[in-house]
Amino acid sequence: MTKKLFKTVLFLIASSVVGPNIGLAAEDVVISTIPLHTRVIAASCAACHGTLGNAVTGNTIERNAVLAGKDRTDFTTKMLGFKDGSRRSTVMHHHARGLTEAEIKQLADFFAQQKPTNANPIAPQVLKANHD
Amino acid sequence: MTKTSREALNMTRRDFIKTTGAAGALLVSQNAFALASKPPLGRVVVIGGGYAGTTAAKYIRMWSLGNIEVVVVEKNSQFVSCPISNLVLGGSKTINDITFGYDLVQKNHGVKWVQDEVTAVDTQAKKVKMQRGEISYDRLIIAPGVDFNYDTLPMLQSMEAQEKIPHAWKAGWQTENLRKQLEAMPDGGVFVMNVPKAPYRCPPGPYERACQVASYLKKNKPKSKVIVLDANAEVISKKGLFLKAWTELYHNIVEYRPDSAITSVDVATKTVSTEFEQVKADVLNIIPPQRAGKPAQMANLLEEDYPWCEVDFLSYESKKAPNVHVVGDSVSSGLPKSAHIATSQARVCASAIVQLMQGQAPDPTPVFANTCYSFVDDKQAVHVANVYRYDVNKKIMLPAEGGGVSVKSSEEEGFFAHAWAQNIWADVLT
Repeated sequence: MTKKLFKTVLFLIASSVVGPNIGLAAEDVVISTIPLHTRVIAASCAACHGTLGNAVTGNTIERNAVLAGKDRTDFTTKMLGFKDGSRRSTVMHHHARGLTEAEIKQLADFFAQQKPTNANPIAPQVLKANHD
Repeated sequence: MTKTSREALNMTRRDFIKTTGAAGALLVSQNAFALASKPPLGRVVVIGGGYAGTTAAKYIRMWSLGNIEVVVVEKNSQFVSCPISNLVLGGSKTINDITFGYDLVQKNHGVKWVQDEVTAVDTQAKKVKMQRGEISYDRLIIAPGVDFNYDTLPMLQSMEAQEKIPHAWKAGWQTENLRKQLEAMPDGGVFVMNVPKAPYRCPPGPYERACQVASYLKKNKPKSKVIVLDANAEVISKKGLFLKAWTELYHNIVEYRPDSAITSVDVATKTVSTEFEQVKADVLNIIPPQRAGKPAQMANLLEEDYPWCEVDFLSYESKKAPNVHVVGDSVSSGLPKSAHIATSQARVCASAIVQLMQGQAPDPTPVFANTCYSFVDDKQAVHVANVYRYDVNKKIMLPAEGGGVSVKSSEEEGFFAHAWAQNIWADVLT
């Protein structure tokens, strides 16, 4: 409870007085220091790359699905390659071309800061009789 | 009801639900409890636990670091995914592969959950009424998905009619029903389906469905046919890729008929009428015209002459009611009504709400992505993908340059499509 209150106070001070960049507890930095614009774009990647870049499908068959903890330069080089067409892709060029170079660099920073967590897929259930 | 949702209900009851039985006593203590237990930034109520609503709930909790209380009201106890549900018809997936629980998103993010059906929304008093109680909110998110409009096809409104002629356009028992009818259909039978006039949920979905049914018939009942009656003038999504699949994979199975809006249905004989013809089906699948979901109608958020909700695209706040936001298929956005767009809108909304509830401005130029896969058979898929950017002059989201569709269908994209599903399910529900 004390820790929660402490976090709350820090969050409120940080967000209302000095902006979301300074003064947060270390464990909050990953989420709270993200610029607004970047956090929404990065979250938009989650459909294929998982929450905060932790794809539940791991890295397989030449895919780089896990973006959490990815090297900044590696990320930027690949995305700029998709953007200018020098790097082959099935789908990523359709995303990279729609982003600015500045946004790609912000995403590189964002994903480099995230911790890989070996996230797991969600287990399915048997459909219950009372569902629509 | 699950244990977790029962606990959430109890907790929320203690905090702010006025039950009819104990109305007097609870009413007195309600304000004191609300003041004592409210997190510093207030309470958001989310109507609808689909892709949009659940995503908004989770990301508000994450981005507010738990400083906003979030309560989801959802009538079903499970999440059944519309994406991938056409594969249940094709037979490469079952309904139990695409059904999930809500327990992890509650546990991992402290989202409170009430399993109940909304009966009224009072945007003046800032309250949501349900069958078993009511909840007050500081901000409300309405994410009900689509509602079927039976004005032009009243004969399909009843449960009995839908037993016989399912829409299967909200994944669940109707999906299972349609699969069973397909399995029972004799070789040489005719499967008839329609495409409603756009906009409707999942633009490529009906065309993918035609492929999935054809894929099953090709292997199991090769003398059978799929007739697609499209109310639109042409295939409205991934056109070249679907036409190619029908020609190359399903020659002599899929018959596509544009400009064929359904004018009436004879339920007993499974015969559909269009302006030009009558078609008798062995298995009939009618996807009705659609409009914004019922809770959005209750809150009076629909446009006068267009049955969807106008919003401010910086926050998804309704143009009709302050502090009420709409995300997902109910939004009038001009964008495809896809699961990925629903989650993207939900995150813009979540980010804006976390800002607004601290008295700060949302991002003035939001950007998000959409990737949408469709399976043309049991293994091969195609995609359409775009980045969307806020246009400050037009005040709407517009596709950025560089988006587009697959060059051709492939098993590689089928692999990506399943990875997309696994990741979006985990993002929304864990």
